[in-house]
Amino acid sequence: MGLAEEVAERVRQHEERILKGWLDALRDSASFRQELTGEEELRESCEAILAQLVDALHAMEANATMEEAWRPLREQLVVLTQAWVELGFSPAELAGFITLLRQPLVEALDGGTTEHLLDMISLINRLLDRLSLWAAEIFQRSQSDIIRRQQEELMELSTPVIKVWNGIVALPLIGTLDSSRTQVVMESLLTRIVAEQARVAILDITGVPTVDTLVAQHLLKAVTAARLMGAECIICGIRPNIAQTMVHLGIGLDEVTTRATLADAIAVALDSMGLRMVGKEVDS
Amino acid sequence: MLVAESETIPIQVESDIVLVRRHCREWTMRIGFGLVEQTKLITAASELARNALLHGGGGECLMERIEANGRNGLRLTFIDRGAGITDIDQALTDGWSTGSGMGFGLGGAKRLVNEFHIESQPQQGTRVIIAQWK
Amino acid sequence: MTANRIPIMQVGASLLVSIQIELDDQTALQLQDDLTQRVSESGARGILLDVSSVWMIDSFIGRTISDTAAMARLLGAETVVVGVKPEVAITLVELGVPLRGVRTALNMDCAMELLESITSGS
Repeated sequence: MGLAEEVAERVRQHEERILKGWLDALRDSASFRQELTGEEELRESCEAILAQLVDALHAMEANATMEEAWRPLREQLVVLTQAWVELGFSPAELAGFITLLRQPLVEALDGGTTEHLLDMISLINRLLDRLSLWAAEIFQRSQSDIIRRQQEELMELSTPVIKVWNGIVALPLIGTLDSSRTQVVMESLLTRIVAEQARVAILDITGVPTVDTLVAQHLLKAVTAARLMGAECIICGIRPNIAQTMVHLGIGLDEVTTRATLADAIAVALDSMGLRMVGKEVDS
Repeated sequence: MLVAESETIPIQVESDIVLVRRHCREWTMRIGFGLVEQTKLITAASELARNALLHGGGGECLMERIEANGRNGLRLTFIDRGAGITDIDQALTDGWSTGSGMGFGLGGAKRLVNEFHIESQPQQGTRVIIAQWK
Repeated sequence: MTANRIPIMQVGASLLVSIQIELDDQTALQLQDDLTQRVSESGARGILLDVSSVWMIDSFIGRTISDTAAMARLLGAETVVVGVKPEVAITLVELGVPLRGVRTALNMDCAMELLESITSGS
């Protein structure tokens, strides 16, 4: 029986003992905040890791490629790490979680010759070191993912689409309009056009500091996409200095209806839908 | 980066373009791409598959699910053994075409994906690799 | 390969086409052929192309639609496309395919309104 197989057997035989040792160590450790996750959940997580570890050892023995043998365990670790990042565990705690498995594992390897024992301990050390490295990597990646997701959410929140009237939506754009922001804007705008069945979309660029050729291109993309869906866009909020810059730069928004103010744009929108605002008659 | 799964789809007849689209769609759904990302990638795949068929005389598409740094992605490699492209920069410019008047669609496809890489030599065929990360 | 034929319905002075299957190149060209024939035979003034079930339009299909609309216009009919999905719209714009020569409608009501004004006009 190969080395990996033998370690797997020992682990499987003494699984309960190892699990207890691991959980005890975690509980006793000053730097692992067990209260962040429930006792049951922690036990389940440990069981899952141990089970995958045994499988990975068997797979190694069966001559699967390293990637194949370790993938399930790695995936288990990814799931666990991502969950624990959300719960607020620190990278040190995660590293500790793995390191504290070492002692109980080694203690379960009793019997056999010293040399043999050393080989098995060496294997276990290599495995746990790799697990620690992965955990650190996954942790960092998860944090980056969370940050990225929050940034996306922030971008979406900062592009609210407002229903002005039946069939009319308005999108106040605030801040610079770069390529990635345009993607978010287009998606929000078009989704809302479908949801509200809005035939007219008003893009208010009062809050866009500069309109150069690139920004104009981005605006045009959004307008074209909306038009493809059967919605017309009106661009408003073009300030006098922006209008001057655009003409000097030779930027044309010729195919788009534009107005200076939101009020004017709304009037145009209503008109295009055959609607008109009428003052109330006052009874004298 | 590691290749988790892969599949090769031949591009020999016109119906293979639809096959490429369908398989691409299945992969993107499985990986969990958003709808816009899915559509962009499948459309790019359709453009490149057509190129391989009509301009490259046929070839194949290698679809690979890839993983790197904890992220999942899909990589498509389009290979044909046709006449090759002499001026890649020109081919990447929209509206450029030879004969058929249809244009290469390469520039457009490039804008739709995260990663785009093209190798082509006259008389040695063309290889286009695109990738989208989740 | 054999092209599938997409059914074309005539309602009044308009032709209605709803694309429910995957559009391979041959099927798209067949549709172009069938539509131009029908416009010519029927003297239809409007065409309604429903793409609400279409989840991908690439440059070939896009250009085929534009070409068909241009051909139809020569034969006296205007084309209205209804039901372009947001993700398809975004992709088409990114791809740089303008879908020229067609009017677009947000939904069936708008489409019918448009067709009405097209076919009842001079």
